[in-house]
Amino acid sequence: MKHVGVNVAADPLFTLTYTGTRGGLILVSADDPGLASSQNEQDNRNYAKFAQMPMLEPADSQEAYDFTIKAFELSEKFGQPVMLRMTTRVCHSRAPVTLWKTPEEQTTPEYVRNVQSSVMIPAFAKKAHVRVVNTMHKLQEFNETSDFNMEISRSRDLGIITSGVAYQHSCEAAPDASVLKLGMTWPLPIEKIRRFAESVKRCVVVEEGTRFIEEAVKACGIPVDAKDEVFEYGELNVSRVRKLLAHDTSPDEKGAPGRPPALCPGCPHRKTFEILRDLNCIVSGDIGCYTLGVLPPFNAMDCSVCMGASIGLGLGLRSALSEKDARRVVSVIGDSTFVHSGITGIVQMVYNKPATGHLVLILDNSTTAMTGLQEHPATGRHMDMTPAPKLILEDLCRSIGVDHVDVIDPVSQNAEYIQLIKDRLASNDTSVIVVRRSCILEMKKIAKLAKKGA
Amino acid sequence: MSENSEKNINVLFAGIGGQGIIRASDMLTEAAFRMGYDVKKSELHGMSQRGGSVSSDVRFGKKVLSPMIPEHEVDYLVAVSSDQIEVCKPFLNEHTIIIRPEDLPEEDRNSKMINTAMLAKLNAYLKFPHDLWIQLIRENFKGEIAEQNIAIFQKTEQNSAQ
Repeated sequence: MKHVGVNVAADPLFTLTYTGTRGGLILVSADDPGLASSQNEQDNRNYAKFAQMPMLEPADSQEAYDFTIKAFELSEKFGQPVMLRMTTRVCHSRAPVTLWKTPEEQTTPEYVRNVQSSVMIPAFAKKAHVRVVNTMHKLQEFNETSDFNMEISRSRDLGIITSGVAYQHSCEAAPDASVLKLGMTWPLPIEKIRRFAESVKRCVVVEEGTRFIEEAVKACGIPVDAKDEVFEYGELNVSRVRKLLAHDTSPDEKGAPGRPPALCPGCPHRKTFEILRDLNCIVSGDIGCYTLGVLPPFNAMDCSVCMGASIGLGLGLRSALSEKDARRVVSVIGDSTFVHSGITGIVQMVYNKPATGHLVLILDNSTTAMTGLQEHPATGRHMDMTPAPKLILEDLCRSIGVDHVDVIDPVSQNAEYIQLIKDRLASNDTSVIVVRRSCILEMKKIAKLAKKGA
Repeated sequence: MSENSEKNINVLFAGIGGQGIIRASDMLTEAAFRMGYDVKKSELHGMSQRGGSVSSDVRFGKKVLSPMIPEHEVDYLVAVSSDQIEVCKPFLNEHTIIIRPEDLPEEDRNSKMINTAMLAKLNAYLKFPHDLWIQLIRENFKGEIAEQNIAIFQKTEQNSAQ
């Protein structure tokens, strides 16, 4: 999952490491240093430490393949979930890979009841906590000699401790340096690191993101050269690693800014943001194509934080602001994001209704457009395009007890849509408007499929 | 000497969402692989689905380490949209060969197959075998679309040879 996806999964994750696993279980988590398309630059290596699970960091496509297989073996051997930590440049990448493992026949295990390890009531969880700590000690011992880590002996003047894609940059930036490449970065092989650091004149940790390795190594009393703060931000690359090694904190050379994305011509979302802009609404936005409502020519979004936050934030604004301003607050969320994490927001809106009520617009373009037209429970199709039971958004909202639920086409019923928003904002009721018109790209996709089927 | 001492070839593709940047870079990656080179490709497409900038780095040679082209080390910039040249500036040097839409006949500049035409322009320098590209086009496109792509590739190839 994406780095921020682990935030959502964190609750089960932190206790899953207590229960342990009977079969292999891998959490593949990809970080986005440099924020190519994310809301933050969080470094998920910290989750491995925090939740107490071993972590592997592939440095290229071949290792992504090798480590996935080995991660299953490791998970099965130690009964612990394993994090396979990726970054943009390991994921959005293509390189030759040598396959070596023949896929095994999938087996369905017998159910074994074990309440001591599976029911995390305090009495059992106390023992489980001790088990986790012991397992992590064993994993550290294992990692001291594991073949996940590799030492390249070159000049002893400079030693680099590194992991992931930063290893590739390091070898290119400092071809003469000795390198300790860590493939398993939690628990760290501290004694191995200590020996390496002692064997070189200057030892530098080259890591993208936070000072995860550096801090752990320093805490064990191993002196290493720290990177400057500017290298905590953004991606590393060969040029930046050269600068990191030289403590050169001068600004990176920049080209002209790239072309910003925009809502497609003919996108039904355009209508909504034109109206919200013209009505001077306070718009609590969410994650999807429609986040682009923040940019010109709309400038019609006031906040956007994470998936599902639009409704809770909107309700908070409704409660905190003066009545005059509260009446201008609208939450805007797409159909797939609504299914992902908007539903509880509607329950909250109904149960703890703000004095001025609230208005939620579900922009239903019948697909997950931003990420490439994936299906979801409200499209009536599975990911493989076979028919699926369809979640009816308006029925769901009515059943929760929303005062007014309307369905409208923002293009063919534009005048009615504008009037409806005005009416709902003027009332003290809770309202949902399902703004339904298919994404133009989705329509093309469906037409293509129909042609194929015909 | 380091294992990276033999100079790799660095090709940067840049354009905007929908121009086939990723596809073209995938095809070059595959071509380099079949020519026996080590090769790595790394792309940044962010919100390119909505018409934003997209770029893709392809590096090939004896042994490729970083998947990202270092600053000032681009050998060939395939600028499928010429407004991206300035965006890529930190990666170019005085010897970088820039292939731009203006190098194509006017009627091909807005073609959906501009990416294939640009690959033919690039190959005037790389000189990978003609048949390899035709094979790759057939593997990447189907039926009539494949034939149209082959046609524009061959036409561009012939124009480049003149």
